[in-house]
Amino acid sequence: MAPIKQSYDAILIPGESSLQRIAWNVAFWGALATLIILPIVKPTPYREIIAFFPDGLFVTFQVTLLSIVFALLLGFLAVLARMSRIGFLNIIASLYTEVIRGIPLLVQIFYIYYVVARLIQLPPMVSAVMAMAICYGAYIAEILRGGIQSISRGQMEAAIALGLSRWQAIRLVIFPQTMKVVLPPIGNEFIALLKDSSLVSIIAVIDIFRRAREYASVKYYYFESYTMVALVYLVLTLFFSKLINLLERRLHHGR
Amino acid sequence: MADRIRIENVSKWFGQFQALKNVSLSVQEREVVMIIGPSGSGKSTLLRCINRLETVDSGRIFIDNDEVTNPRVDIRKIREESGMVFQSFNLFPHLTVLENITLAPIHVLGISKAKAKEEAYQLLERVGLKDKAHSHPSQLSGGQQQRVAIARALAMKPKVMLFDEPTSALDPEMVGEVLLVIRDLAKDGMTMVIVTHEMGFAREVGDRVVFMDEGQIIEQNEPDQLFDHPQHKRTQAFLSKVL
Repeated sequence: MAPIKQSYDAILIPGESSLQRIAWNVAFWGALATLIILPIVKPTPYREIIAFFPDGLFVTFQVTLLSIVFALLLGFLAVLARMSRIGFLNIIASLYTEVIRGIPLLVQIFYIYYVVARLIQLPPMVSAVMAMAICYGAYIAEILRGGIQSISRGQMEAAIALGLSRWQAIRLVIFPQTMKVVLPPIGNEFIALLKDSSLVSIIAVIDIFRRAREYASVKYYYFESYTMVALVYLVLTLFFSKLINLLERRLHHGR
Repeated sequence: MADRIRIENVSKWFGQFQALKNVSLSVQEREVVMIIGPSGSGKSTLLRCINRLETVDSGRIFIDNDEVTNPRVDIRKIREESGMVFQSFNLFPHLTVLENITLAPIHVLGISKAKAKEEAYQLLERVGLKDKAHSHPSQLSGGQQQRVAIARALAMKPKVMLFDEPTSALDPEMVGEVLLVIRDLAKDGMTMVIVTHEMGFAREVGDRVVFMDEGQIIEQNEPDQLFDHPQHKRTQAFLSKVL
């Protein structure tokens, strides 16, 4: 059957079109090719810069993964508190999301590293993960809240009318549906967190950006160092956004 | 015959608006009571009070001498005794038809998965949807979804079934298949309270028809009496508009 030709007049921005896919391919493969070709054609300084990166990249992944795990945990706890009928928990959770979302991440990182970590001894890595997790936990809590609220009220009513307890209804009916809704925005938070993890380079965590800065300041190759590190971030984020896209489509397909 | 449901002087406010004004109604075992009336008359609210989806502000409601309105009574026990069917079906979209039906028997009654499945197949056969057991709700028509919703409620072996406008969200050609299932239930002696706009159906299947307006029961009678010889002016006015 021939696809239905829709009039262009009513469409503001063409959807999942081939044009978009072209843009992704140009950016991703272009960045990847540059990353590979430059060190080959111009070993100094590009090969040296690349050789400088691996342990930094490892730390970046470490910070990102640990932070997202704890952020998810915090976000989940916060949203459970928001759903509870205990007023006190509710206020604490709302306060958490309101306060944290109102303070820049960089300020929070400084605060934990220079203020909190002075009271109780914390290694830079722990401070970094703490700051990132607390900050992103607040955003994830809001995403989860929105996801739960997007489930129609009739679902909860049908579940409790069948005799399920409130918690059973939440666990068996509401959460599984919420997961589908929140997966794409949480994937986006993961990518944002990966990028924001570069901020922790300021508090003596040796991540990939810190490594690039070190190389640049020692050898004075600013343009080369920062270009390479930007390309690494770009390749990573484009790769993950594609992955999340595929995951999302599969999730909708399996329905 | 014994009263299955007894509603005594129930009032309910939504803010300044009084949705139910001192409503009393009894439903006997095996009786089918149809509630009709204009929208906003409190029909659905009354129905939702029977399994405490809404709390009452005054008055009491009993199912088989268990007081639904008593906050100390375990409401889950009472909800197990009454099955509810909603206007908008409210099937669980992430579960298959079979899982929709077995969810509550497994998690509330604690019966085994195998037994729950077996009973679910029997119920699906009864509503004519055995071949849809492994479909998801989104793959079904509205009429099919509502029949699954009825099977889902029946799986809890309720003593009474409550229907909140079960055909109002359906395309006209699908109303018949749902009414057929409800008619079968009536034949089997299920106690039912049905809020409906299907006057022909109310007349044919109902043992009694209750007309509500502005939060009150205006008139109730046997179907033929109420439809052919309405006593109250408001009943007459309503029926002249819908019939």
